[in-house]
Amino acid sequence: MKTLIIVPAYNEAGVIVDTLTTLRASMYENIVVADILVVDDGSADNTGKLSLPLADFVLTHSRNCGLGAALATGIEFARRQGYDYCVTFDSDGQHDAGDIPKALTKLESGYDVVIGSRFIGTHSGMPKARRVVLFTSNLITFLFFGIWTSDSQSGFRGLSKKAIQSIAIKSNRMEVSSEFFGEIYRLGLNFAEIPIHIRYTPYSLKKGQKNSASASVLLKLIYMLTR
Amino acid sequence: MSLLLPVQILLLVFVLFAASRAVLQFRGGTIRFGALSFWLLIWTVALVAIFYPEQTTEIARILGIGRGVDVVVYASIAILFYLVFRLHVYQENIRTEISQLIREVSLKEVKSKK
Repeated sequence: MKTLIIVPAYNEAGVIVDTLTTLRASMYENIVVADILVVDDGSADNTGKLSLPLADFVLTHSRNCGLGAALATGIEFARRQGYDYCVTFDSDGQHDAGDIPKALTKLESGYDVVIGSRFIGTHSGMPKARRVVLFTSNLITFLFFGIWTSDSQSGFRGLSKKAIQSIAIKSNRMEVSSEFFGEIYRLGLNFAEIPIHIRYTPYSLKKGQKNSASASVLLKLIYMLTR
Repeated sequence: MSLLLPVQILLLVFVLFAASRAVLQFRGGTIRFGALSFWLLIWTVALVAIFYPEQTTEIARILGIGRGVDVVVYASIAILFYLVFRLHVYQENIRTEISQLIREVSLKEVKSKK
């Protein structure tokens, strides 16, 4: 079974080497055989250059298009190269590569999409305001896309071949996380949640989705539905 | 119809200019027939309001709004909201198309350590 780990990255030169080194070490430890793809989303620093010795493939966006566009590029690569499974993995070091085998096991048991949830796993250092914003995001995702999830904004996802072949991401930026659920609903894919371990660091909190960006994400979702 | 007021002449020139732009854009293929019809309807309604302002008062009375001019202002605000919204949708679509182009280029230039 061919597996691809998709790591979208934008200006992550400070952490990308650590993230990829840890990812490689954990894959070796857990006997996970997979290719690593870094999608350098138009970084102004040398994220792509630093990634190349540690990743199997690097795709470079000539301009910054956003998280959604970078993930869509990764999924398109998986589709064209005939991968059976893919896992999306954050480049800022907050995801634990030890969760990848759990996602793959779920996919192998027949699920089309696996979402890594921060709310059924252990999470250290999540601020209260962030919890409120994430719960509201779950509610909005449910209202817009008809699917209840405990973590609609999770960046850790596993996709089966069926999902890789059929999911069509249109959004460019952070709203992509909710759009995945729209696609699950539209395509009738079966999905499962698995607990994942998240490490919140000052760096990942600074780099990640801002609470203040929630209004913009909501507007984008409305635009998406009216296109 | 009595002699036109200066404001009516100004508005008439503006409406004719705007309608001609819509027709030219349709001929040039920039907008579709649906959009042309929408704009011509808007400008026709505007012409009626310019030359027969008393009609707007009648509409205001039916809607329960005080004055005819208020109906025009409320309707204009609603249309502007709608148009700004459509503009955002259009902008998002353009952004998506640009991303698709960038994606295709990146997929052709895959860097591999293998």
